[in-house]
Amino acid sequence: MSMVIEREAAAVTKVVLELEVANHAGVMSHICGLFARRAFNVEGILCMPLPDATRSRIWLLVFDDERLEQMVKQVEKLEDVISVVRHGAEHAVFERLEAFFR
Amino acid sequence: MMQMTGAELILRLLERQGIETVCGIPGGAILPFYDALGQSDTIHHVLARHEQGGGFMAQGMARVSGKPEVCLASSGPGATNLVTAIADAKLDSIPMVAITGQVPLPMIGTDAFQEVDTYGMTIPLTKHNFLVRDANDLLEVIPEAFRIAMSGRPGPVLVDVPKDVQCQMVSFEDYPPVAVPNALPEVDLLAIEKAAEMINAAERPVLYLGGGVIHSGASHLAVTLAEQGGLPTTMTLMALGTMPIDHPLSIGMLGMHGARYTNYVLEEADLLICVGARFDDRAIGKAAEFCPRAKIIHVDIDPAELHKIKTAHIGIAGDVTQVVEALLPLVQVKLREPWLAQVADLKERFPLAKPDLDNPRSHYGLVQAVADALDDEAVIATDVGQHQMWVAQAYPFRRPRQWLTSGGLGTMGFGLPTAIGAALAAPERTVVCFTGDGSLKMNIQEMATLAEEELNVKIVLMNNNSLGLVYQQQSMFYGKRPVASKYKRAVNFLKIAEGFGLDAVDLDTAENPAATLAEALQRPGPCLIHCSIDREEFVYPMVPPGAANTEMIG
Ligand SMILES: Cc1ncc(C[n+]2csc(CCOP(=O)(O)OP(=O)(O)O)c2C)c(N)n1
Ligand SMILES: [Mg+2]
Repeated sequence: MSMVIEREAAAVTKVVLELEVANHAGVMSHICGLFARRAFNVEGILCMPLPDATRSRIWLLVFDDERLEQMVKQVEKLEDVISVVRHGAEHAVFERLEAFFR
Repeated sequence: MMQMTGAELILRLLERQGIETVCGIPGGAILPFYDALGQSDTIHHVLARHEQGGGFMAQGMARVSGKPEVCLASSGPGATNLVTAIADAKLDSIPMVAITGQVPLPMIGTDAFQEVDTYGMTIPLTKHNFLVRDANDLLEVIPEAFRIAMSGRPGPVLVDVPKDVQCQMVSFEDYPPVAVPNALPEVDLLAIEKAAEMINAAERPVLYLGGGVIHSGASHLAVTLAEQGGLPTTMTLMALGTMPIDHPLSIGMLGMHGARYTNYVLEEADLLICVGARFDDRAIGKAAEFCPRAKIIHVDIDPAELHKIKTAHIGIAGDVTQVVEALLPLVQVKLREPWLAQVADLKERFPLAKPDLDNPRSHYGLVQAVADALDDEAVIATDVGQHQMWVAQAYPFRRPRQWLTSGGLGTMGFGLPTAIGAALAAPERTVVCFTGDGSLKMNIQEMATLAEEELNVKIVLMNNNSLGLVYQQQSMFYGKRPVASKYKRAVNFLKIAEGFGLDAVDLDTAENPAATLAEALQRPGPCLIHCSIDREEFVYPMVPPGAANTEMIG
């Protein structure tokens, strides 16, 4: 019983990660591989090139579990990742998209 | 204006990077590059007999020189064969650049002959990788590959180059600058001050050194830190040699096959100063029970290592050399008599048992006899198994880069090609490869390379006609039921070595084994030194996998 409650409590804490990355074919594989290997659930992914086209922005919606800190450090280590910023789940980017998933 | 093919451009960039030896095997998709290589006056190509061998040769060179070294493979099976050596370099943070041929760009994704997704396959194994889609990009990619391989925490980088890209003409004004490592991260002086305070205030501190100390070239500084602070010092498998084993402050290797006293000292510590190590499970046992009384200071160039396994009270992301240099003026000179007396007492009561040490036909005795016949200039490589652990426990390592072993991946087959690489990088040194009968068979074809290059490599084969470490685990933890760990037939390794053109001696039949061994080690050129070892000899002590380090058996 308590398991269920804890899981539900954990599930409400989500985090939005904003990544700035080099814009080329392999970047998504590098990033997704890191999360998949650790069975770290990624709820949502969004990726678009930035205006100067050499860079892209990736938005990730993830659960805030105790491994997140390590996960972010591993992402920051990737050569093609320029920066990682953490936002709360209330960030508008995924909320606005919800309309497309009804 | 310069004009050349992509293949020639790669070659010129390697030359400019100071590469003198490359190891590999040609094949269709990398032939344009091999053709260019044939025109080089400065780069010596060593023809491996298996791409994994070529990869480990590059590793052997890099482990000895500390610089990134290069291996080559063709597409498809050439690249898949290389994968193990790349993964091994990743786990031990060895700088290496692998260049692979790929099918021509228009054929990528068509299941063309010898096509595999080398880029996709090596994403999780490399520090970084590239698929070059335009020869002009080589001007950037090749220096980048070297910069990434040697910056921060070193590691392997792979560059996959389609055949048509190798043939494409490139025009450019100037060569790019020769790659250099990134600037080192700034030292956090506040954290350093706090760390020094903790060291000064501690009563039972222990210094815990890892392979990062060697990568940073900081062995002498680490020893100075230990001496100044009166710090008993333990080393990981990767760090053996950073502090001479007979230094009064050395408490030897920790972990699964460390001496009892070493693990007991750690149990007592009130402060653990971890420098360039990463709390690997083979070193620390059950993480929750490791150093239960100690606060932790953790220094590592890779920020992701801090707080990964054990939460540190102070984590310092920095280069070991710079951090220790900054620490030294703040660390008080301490004699720490009560603590060092306690350490000495534990050492006396729970030393490493090395039975039969003066019999050169016993496991520890053979390791000792090899050490007795050589000086500290020799390089000692191993394969993976019981023999590796016996050498780690008993060989008197006294300098960094003297010891080459597959720590993180634990790859059987590592020894011989790595020893060849070491000899290529340091031809003036005697290189010994301690190996087992199982491991040697995994890259035995490199005996041909060894004979061809006439290198000063001595293969010391500890032959128990079994996968000894597996047999040991089955005997200890699987109800004495050996499965697939004892060979039913014996191999005549002496004849095999002779067949490959190596000198070979057998200590089993030698009248005076110590003399035969010493002569073989002193005679220049490659040699196999064979010695049978009792299959029932096990590596002790042993921490059962998953148990705490204090729960040693034996
Ligand atoms: C490539 C590879 N396959 C399997 C293993 C698992 N393994 C670890 S030690 C060992 C036995 C090694 O036998 P040998 O080289 O004869 O050394 P010994 O333990 O007998 O000294 C095996 C199979 C491994 N480490 N590497
Ligand atoms: Mg064996």
